[in-house]
Order: sequence, then C-alpha cells, then structure tokens
Amino acid sequence: MTKITKSMYGIRYFDETAQKNTVIHRLNPSVKLLVSLFYILTVVSFGKYEIMSMIPMTIYPVLVFNLGDIEFLPVFKRTILVLPVILLLGISNPILDKETAVIFGHVVVSRGLLSYISLIIKSTLSVICGMLLIATTSVDDLAKALGSMHVPKIFIMIFLLTYRYTYVLIEEFSNISTSYSLRAPGQKGINHKLWGTLLGQLLMRTYDRAQSIYSAMCLRGYRGEYYKGENIIHHKDYAYLILWIVFLVLVRFNNVPLIIGSIMTGAF
Amino acid sequence: MHMADALISAATGGAMWAASAGAASYSVKRVQTELVENEKKIPLMGVMGAFVFASQMINFTIPGTGSSGHIGGGLLLAALLGPHAGFLTLISILAIQALFFADGGLLALGCNIFNMGFFTCFVAYPLIYKKIIQKGMSKKTILIGSVLAAAAGLQLGSFAVVLETFFSGKTELPFGTFLILMQPIHLAIGIIEGLLTAAVLTFLWNARPELLENGSMDKKKNHSNKKITVLILCSALVIGGVASWYASGSPDGLEWSIGKIVGIDEVDGSSMIHEFFQNVQEKISFLPDYNFQSDSETNATEKLGTSVSGILGSIFTLIFAAFIGMISKKYRKINKNIKENN
Repeated sequence: MTKITKSMYGIRYFDETAQKNTVIHRLNPSVKLLVSLFYILTVVSFGKYEIMSMIPMTIYPVLVFNLGDIEFLPVFKRTILVLPVILLLGISNPILDKETAVIFGHVVVSRGLLSYISLIIKSTLSVICGMLLIATTSVDDLAKALGSMHVPKIFIMIFLLTYRYTYVLIEEFSNISTSYSLRAPGQKGINHKLWGTLLGQLLMRTYDRAQSIYSAMCLRGYRGEYYKGENIIHHKDYAYLILWIVFLVLVRFNNVPLIIGSIMTGAF
Repeated sequence: MHMADALISAATGGAMWAASAGAASYSVKRVQTELVENEKKIPLMGVMGAFVFASQMINFTIPGTGSSGHIGGGLLLAALLGPHAGFLTLISILAIQALFFADGGLLALGCNIFNMGFFTCFVAYPLIYKKIIQKGMSKKTILIGSVLAAAAGLQLGSFAVVLETFFSGKTELPFGTFLILMQPIHLAIGIIEGLLTAAVLTFLWNARPELLENGSMDKKKNHSNKKITVLILCSALVIGGVASWYASGSPDGLEWSIGKIVGIDEVDGSSMIHEFFQNVQEKISFLPDYNFQSDSETNATEKLGTSVSGILGSIFTLIFAAFIGMISKKYRKINKNIKENN
C-alpha cells in the first residue's frame, strides 16, 4: 500500500528536518507559531484580485528555506498535492467572472482569471508557510508553545500521544495491509466482508495497547502531569516576531512593487 | 472535505476558530470531570486518535462500484469514547493532518474542526446514533444508527463547507451549484462511512461488548441536550454575524482591490510616506524617460504609466527576493563551514 508508506515517510521526513540546529530551528516555538499564523492571515486577507502586491510575501519562505536549511522539493511536492482542490473550486472564477480587468497594450485579462491566479498563489504561500513551521519546529516544541498559550494540558497530552502512536500504529497497519494485498492481489482495497473483522481486530489490539501504555506511564511516575520543559523567549525571538509583523503590515497596506516601480520610473 | 486556507477569508477563519475553541473548551471541562472517575482515558484517547489516523489510510472496497473508500472516524470515536473525548481526539487528528500533510491549513483548522468534529460528535451522535441505540443494542440498531448518524453528520459538514466558502467569497462558485455538487457526493460518502463504522462496532459488540457499554463514558446522568442546543445556537449566531459583516463590507473591499489592480487611486494622497518617497525618487530615479505623469496626459497613458511602474516594480521585487535568497543561502553555508571547522 503506497499511501500508508508514503505518509509514514512524510511524517519521518518532517520529524528529522525539525531536529536540525539552525538559526530558525533555535528560535522560540511560540514565536514561530505566531509568525506563521500572522503570515497566513496576511496572505489570505489580500484582495481577491491582487497579485502584484503579494510578490514581497515570497521573501518570508525564501528566507526560512535558506536559513532553516530546508530542502525545497519535498515541501513543494506537498504543496502541489493540495493544489487540485483549489484548481477545481477556483475554476469557476475565470468562467463566471469575465469582466475586463486590465488592459495593457493589447492584452485583455478577465477579472476571474486574476482572482484565479491570486487564489493559487495564496494557496501555495499559505501551505508552504505551514509546512515550513513543522519543518523547523518539532512536535514537542509545538506542544511547549501551545502550553505557553494556555491551551489546556489535557488537549496537549492527547495531541502528543496521538502523534507518537501514529508512528507505531502506521507501521503496524502498513504490515497488515501489505499482508492482505499479498494474499489478495489485484484488489483495490479490503473486501467488504472483512471490513468489521479487520478494523475491529486492530481496534481491540489498540485498546489493549492503551491499557499497557497507561500502566507503563504510571510505573514511570505519571500523575496526570506531562513534563514539557521551560519556554524561554529571548530578545532575538522578540526581534524576529516584531520584524516580521512590521514587514507583513507594511506589505499588506502598501503596494510595494508599485511604489518601487514608481520610484524607478519617476512616476510618483 | 478539508477546507484549505486560501479558500476562506480571515473573518470566516477567525469566527470558526472561535466557535471550535468554544466547543473544545467545553469538551475539555467535561472530559476533566470524567477523568476523575477514569484517568486511563487519556492514553486511550491518544491511541484511538492514532488508530483513526492510521486506519484512514487503509482502503476498503465499496461493493458494486469498483472504487474504494476509507473511514472518517468521527462517529467511531464518539461511540467509543463519548462525544467530548471523541471531539478532542478528532481535533488532534485534524491538527496533525494540517501540520504534516497540508490537509487543511492552520487558519482553516477551525473550520475543519467544526465541519468534521462538531456536527458528528455533538449533533449526529447524541441526537441520532444515541437515540437509536437506546432502544436496545442489536446488529440492526447499530447499522441504522451508524448509517443515519454518519450521513447526517457529513451532510451538515458539507453544508457548512458550502456556507463557509460562500461567505469567504474567494471563489465565484454560486451557492446553489456548489450545494448541488457537494451534498449528493457527501451523502454517498456518509453512507459508506456509516457502513464501515457499523461493521467495526458490530464486530466489537460481538467480541468485546464491554468496550461499547463501559468504553463510552458519556454517562446518562450527565447527558444534557440543553448545552448542546446552546452551543449550536451560539455557533449559528457567530456564523450569522460573519455573514452580515461580510455582506456589508464586501462591495467596498471588492472595489478597493480592483482599484489596486488597475492602479487608479494607488499613488495619490500626501501622506508622510508619500512625501518621503517623492524625495527619494527625485534622487534615485534611474528611468526618468518612463515618466508618464504630466499635466496634459490622458487617462489611458496614466494607466499605462502605472502598469509600467507596476511591472518594473514587480520584477525588481522578485529580483530582490532572489537576492535575499542568495545572501541567506551564503550565510547558511558560511555558518555550516565554521561549525564543521570547529
């Protein structure tokens, strides 16, 4: 089953990348989370037909990719995977919105096409931003960040446990589906007669595993608290946060490329 | 059914985050009181989350169609853990999907939690599944309850997707057309989901009936539909609020952004920034021939002027971004070398 193996590698890839030690990786996780959220909010809030003024937004991913030593292709591949949905839902824009928007020389572009391109850019930028967050921040660090943002402990525990056991279970499920497909070649999936048995067996095993995990946790001193270490914010973290917010606000409220162009041509 | 960041507006995303956070904090409170009675539930929730996540990747053949589907898991979690714990577990699954697989982004997470978690755990489960099961658990009631609840949950969820997309106004998809496209597909998906859930629950009911009876910690004495109704009402108000806000603000925003593209009202005004740039450009303007701004010019040339400025500016910004990329890459390499030498 390629899907299950692929997702296993996907999780592993980001987990390993997040363990690197670069300027970006060393930043406080809360700050990185806040900057990512603010970035996505800014991208999404750009006008429906804006393309030009979004160009400076590429500076953020360019910097994080390079400073964080993140490979471009694996991240970009995931971005492409999300695109079909956007392409499908957005196709109505060029079809239904045919009003002329830009006349430059002899080129006439419909407003719908502009908003379609704008939508694709927004999707790509926001997905890349999310992927960069997880590529530079480990899940434990993210949990730390959530803790300092007063997200309830119970939720953080569930989140961390889900993540950890996803590893274990995916491997187990992958074995099971491989053995099934070896005995039932050419089948697209699991036969409906076995739906309940296969998943039910797995679920029972999972349930029992949860019991032994709980016993193991108790034996190691678990008393309802999860140790998560301190979350210290340094000056450089504050600087990083403030600089990006200032940058994003400036880019959002000024059409920077147009201003630069005006200065260059003297058409101010 | 995952919504993407680019498809929703900041206002819709924010409102749905607030609605989901409200439902989540209510669930946390409920689960906390349940935990006093049974603290084994925390690892169970985590491992069940991983279970649903992993089992979503196994394909199940749909009889008679030749295609395959997978489990969604919301109803299964609610049936085994109770709606509150099930909801929290589903949130962590959706968060991991958003972070690692870009299935729905960070901003759209609020929407996705609401669409896939809230409707299944707080509407379909208590109002449909539980009501049917209460009549007595049997293979038949499990089947009917699961199929009806899963289908209803997904119908509500996909309707919410249509509403959120519509209020966000990012696509031109007409409300009716999108609705007609979404609902039948999700009815089919819902029925399959219900059949899969029923198959698993029936198996469990035969093999380990205590999991279904004791496993669900949604105690009858604590169960109150009032709170759920209040939650639904609150969320309806939030959604309604967003709708009216958007309806009043939208035309202006639209005109404003068109204006930006065409660049008509782009560089007027006499703010300080403007004056500053005017001074700067007098000094550094290196393409003075392209100055189309004179007293006698027509509207068309004015537009052309700003277009040229826009294109030049865009190219310059792109070059600048690439330049920053090169510098930061160099910096990274130098840093790496220093570390290796040490």
